[in-house]
Amino acid sequence: MPGVLHDLLFDYTLRNVALGSALLGIVSGVLGSFAVLRRQGLLGDTLSHAALPGICIAFILTGSRTPLVLLIGAGIAGWLGTLLLLRIVQDTKLSEDAALGIILSTFFGIGVVMLSLIQRTNNANQAGLDKYLFGQAAALVERNVITFALLGGPTLLLVLLLYKEFKLLSFDPEFAASLGFPARKLNVLLTSLVVVAVMIGLQTVGVVLMAAMIIGPGAAARQWTDRLSHMLVLAALFGAASGLTGAVSSVLDTALPTGPMIIMALTVIVAISILFAPRHGLVPEQLRIRRHRRTMFAGAGGD
Amino acid sequence: MSQLLERRKPVYTATGSHAPDTSAAVSVHDLTVAYREQPVLWDVDLTIPSGTLTAIIGPNGAGKSTLLKSILGLIPVAAGTIDLFGKPAKDQRKLVGYVPQRGSVDWNFPTSALDVVTMGTYGQLGWIRRPGKQEREKALHCLEQVGMDAAADRQISQLSGGQQQRVFLARALVQDARIYFMDEPFVGVDAATERAIITLLQTLRDSGKTVVCVHHDLDSAPDYFDHAVLLNVRLMASGPMSDVFTAENLAKTYGGSLNVINLMQRLANNSQTEERDARRPA
Repeated sequence: MPGVLHDLLFDYTLRNVALGSALLGIVSGVLGSFAVLRRQGLLGDTLSHAALPGICIAFILTGSRTPLVLLIGAGIAGWLGTLLLLRIVQDTKLSEDAALGIILSTFFGIGVVMLSLIQRTNNANQAGLDKYLFGQAAALVERNVITFALLGGPTLLLVLLLYKEFKLLSFDPEFAASLGFPARKLNVLLTSLVVVAVMIGLQTVGVVLMAAMIIGPGAAARQWTDRLSHMLVLAALFGAASGLTGAVSSVLDTALPTGPMIIMALTVIVAISILFAPRHGLVPEQLRIRRHRRTMFAGAGGD
Repeated sequence: MSQLLERRKPVYTATGSHAPDTSAAVSVHDLTVAYREQPVLWDVDLTIPSGTLTAIIGPNGAGKSTLLKSILGLIPVAAGTIDLFGKPAKDQRKLVGYVPQRGSVDWNFPTSALDVVTMGTYGQLGWIRRPGKQEREKALHCLEQVGMDAAADRQISQLSGGQQQRVFLARALVQDARIYFMDEPFVGVDAATERAIITLLQTLRDSGKTVVCVHHDLDSAPDYFDHAVLLNVRLMASGPMSDVFTAENLAKTYGGSLNVINLMQRLANNSQTEERDARRPA
């Protein structure tokens, strides 16, 4: 174990994998908390699936496999998906979950078709494009980590600056609008920030598992606190802890894939939170009910 | 910082066709609102005098909430102008307090009663600036006014329906507005809260504020309010309660549906109703 700690700080490969995964956990934890509270749990799932055709188009247009180029393609596609989503919800009678489902499957279907078309060409460069399906955290290098920091830093800064506005928008968008805040624009902004979190996650955990990264930390954090600010900090910590655990475990046993290990670690945190969190956990709640029943019976017996 | 919140170009402009009436708190001219081609409000003209406690009355789907939301600028209007205190409503946001329907938000949101009330100060704070000690003290004072200061730190899901409504009311009070718009403030609250709310609204009115409520209970309307707007897509009547709350106007508004016929009978047998009320346990 001390060897792992030493490697975490000084081993070039592990340090980058750990840093990149932790950054992903922090950004997706904070943005995901808002998505969870706004009952947009499927949003991350939709955006990440919607990003796949963007990755393919970026590759076709540039012939480059440079992560930044592909991520920009992913971001644009995810963002288009978001605007389309908001449009559908606003202009049709479809509910948000139906709209999310439509965009998810349509964009992902297009993406998979494009991916197989690209793979059929003899372009040697295309190898590895399918890594975006499940991510390849173990392959993160310093350049990726810097990209993540450049994307995630401004995102977190915006949340910090507009914390009050995002909180009001998430709780009561109509009241926000009545105060003169541009609720619709804030909504687009907050959703666009989730797109950024997804961009960071695509390379690490991939299109398919990204939804868990968005929902998991926020859902776990909500169990431990009744205050939004605490929830955001906890979600960032849970996300970072999952990222680190996944990175370390893949080094201890190289047969384990990093991305899925990150999600496994997150799942454990979520399970513990749902079961044992003091106020909202299922086990403490059952204990309270049982204790309450006992005192009631004791009171009845005394009569 | 706060100017940022105001639109650079006002959407509503006072047209030459009517002189803005500054004694009127609300003046709506030729207002039409439609959802997907279907008119929800049709050519509504109305004036609400300043210093009144006004009920917006009408059947389900009459456009009561829509009227409120279009005055507040929350939904796009197809046609018409809306002025508050003689100026386009868009420019008067600072004078307006709003109490949405209690069911319009998720009460499991991780926040406390005091925190929700503090949100009433966000408009005055403007962008980015956070509420400080001064804002929280103001919020606590408003919670006191609705008798909820003891529950200030409680998570909002632990509050009863009546307590949640009081928190919403306190959030509007903290806005320190000249005119308050409330969407069904009495729905799903206990009798004690209903009495507390109406007393508070009357106090607001007596201190010169204007209060406009969407109200669906015809029984209590004439007792609680002094001014009424009868609405069913079109404006049916508007004026002092004693003038417009007549069997004829109600029949016109409700289209002779059953409960109105009941109500007209009850209005006719007023004395019997009072007796029954007297016998009802408190």
